[in-house]
Amino acid sequence: MLCHAERRHLMLQKAFYIFVRIAILFLLGLNVRRKEQLPVKGPAIIVANHNSHLDTMVLMALMPLTKLKDIKPVAAADYFFSSPIKAWLSEHVLGIIAVERGGKDRSRDPLQGCYDALGDGKVLILFPEGSRGEPEQMTDLKKGVSYLAERFPQAPVVPVFTHGLGKALPRGSFLLVPFFCDIFIGEPITWEGNRIQFMNTLRDRFAALSTEKTFAPWE
Amino acid sequence: MNLQTLHWALIGIWGLLAVASVIVYAISRRSPKNMSELVARTRSWWVMVAIFTISFLVSNTLSIVVFALISFLALKEYFSMIPTRRADRRVLFWAYLSIPVQYFWVYDGYYGMFAVFIPVYMFLFLPFASLLTQQTDGFLKSVGTLNWGLMLCVFSISHAAFLLILPPTAANDAGGPGLLLFLIFLTQFNDVAQYTWGKLLGRRKIVPGVSPNKTWEGFLGGVATTFVLALLTAPLVTPFDMAHAAVAGLLIPVAGFVGDVTVSALKRDLGVKDTGSLIPGHGGILDRIDSLTYTAPLFFHFTRYFYY
Repeated sequence: MLCHAERRHLMLQKAFYIFVRIAILFLLGLNVRRKEQLPVKGPAIIVANHNSHLDTMVLMALMPLTKLKDIKPVAAADYFFSSPIKAWLSEHVLGIIAVERGGKDRSRDPLQGCYDALGDGKVLILFPEGSRGEPEQMTDLKKGVSYLAERFPQAPVVPVFTHGLGKALPRGSFLLVPFFCDIFIGEPITWEGNRIQFMNTLRDRFAALSTEKTFAPWE
Repeated sequence: MNLQTLHWALIGIWGLLAVASVIVYAISRRSPKNMSELVARTRSWWVMVAIFTISFLVSNTLSIVVFALISFLALKEYFSMIPTRRADRRVLFWAYLSIPVQYFWVYDGYYGMFAVFIPVYMFLFLPFASLLTQQTDGFLKSVGTLNWGLMLCVFSISHAAFLLILPPTAANDAGGPGLLLFLIFLTQFNDVAQYTWGKLLGRRKIVPGVSPNKTWEGFLGGVATTFVLALLTAPLVTPFDMAHAAVAGLLIPVAGFVGDVTVSALKRDLGVKDTGSLIPGHGGILDRIDSLTYTAPLFFHFTRYFYY
């Protein structure tokens, strides 16, 4: 049973994402390929490239409203939990799981929150590039995701490539400029028992997804 | 009484769409080939005609807002498919902001400003906004492409909306809404007619370097069909006499063809097949309104010169 406060948070989250959906529909416009491959039931891991603050919200907005409570974006604690207001919004409205970057506290596994959520049958949204970086340029993937896949070998890992969100709202900008955005959902990857091989497969999937369409140059 | 003519015209369009849908259904049942795109395209026509009818019946203001939205979607499609500079994000933002302003002039009936706002003021302002980025690499290309997009997606299309506020004349009391209906119906019908004649009889290519599927047979068949239709419908919803109806009946299909191949040239340069995926079976919104970018301003000035 959900307690009163939790139910209120879920209502707030739904209301927030209805608003986000309308804003996305008018201001951005999404071209989603193979939406049916997005997992809505956990344990599962969605792995996406990271260009913009819009990434998380757009991926969440693709999910059915009733499933939102089971979808958990994973984000850096030092950024999203840096003030009490941010922390409250991140936890209750965005549904974020915090990960400590840089490993300050060695006594606790930084991925513990992720393990717990997968154990509860949640769907994680992960950005293994670690940071948004230069918009619309992919950087190397961090290997944390392979630890999660190893611990939960039955959870499908679904790569999602997005293009355009970094043009609409790149790092360091507050001005949202409308662009149509592409979201390509790849085939799920399953754990085969080798971390390096897993990361290579993931990189190959992203490489294939990112060349599925010729994108307009943007310098 | 003026409303009645327009209502009959709308009923006629729905009837035509119903007949076309039955034909498409019959073809898709009989043909061994995959006709899903044709079916999707027909289904999208129902949605588009429904949106148009509703906004048309509710009010002029709503119709103007719908045209502003069409301009916004088209410009967004254009900016999303052309090369842009990161430094110009703010310039793009100003370009988008010109849409509500331009359509406000339409709503206000302020013709003088409507006619110069984009070709004069935005034309002068965008390069200025762009130079503020202090990045001159690609400046010319950027200013040129942004201005062309604004002319095509906003300035041209807003002429269709300006028809709406033209008053009724002594010759015909359907006024602006009648003229808009005439323009949109013939422009879109001509697209379908040119496509259909091309599919049925197409042999000799007309502009193979730009659009290999366009043929002389399709073009001339479309012009002839639209011409006849213009003569038949002009007395209902426009103040045109027969000579002017004949000129409009040639102007719309020929200009529509030019608009169509102009956007095709753009797509070919960029190496894309469709401008987007907003309208199932049709492609993007620019794919749908390409002809209108040429017919709207030309038809508007033709009408204004002779009747207003």
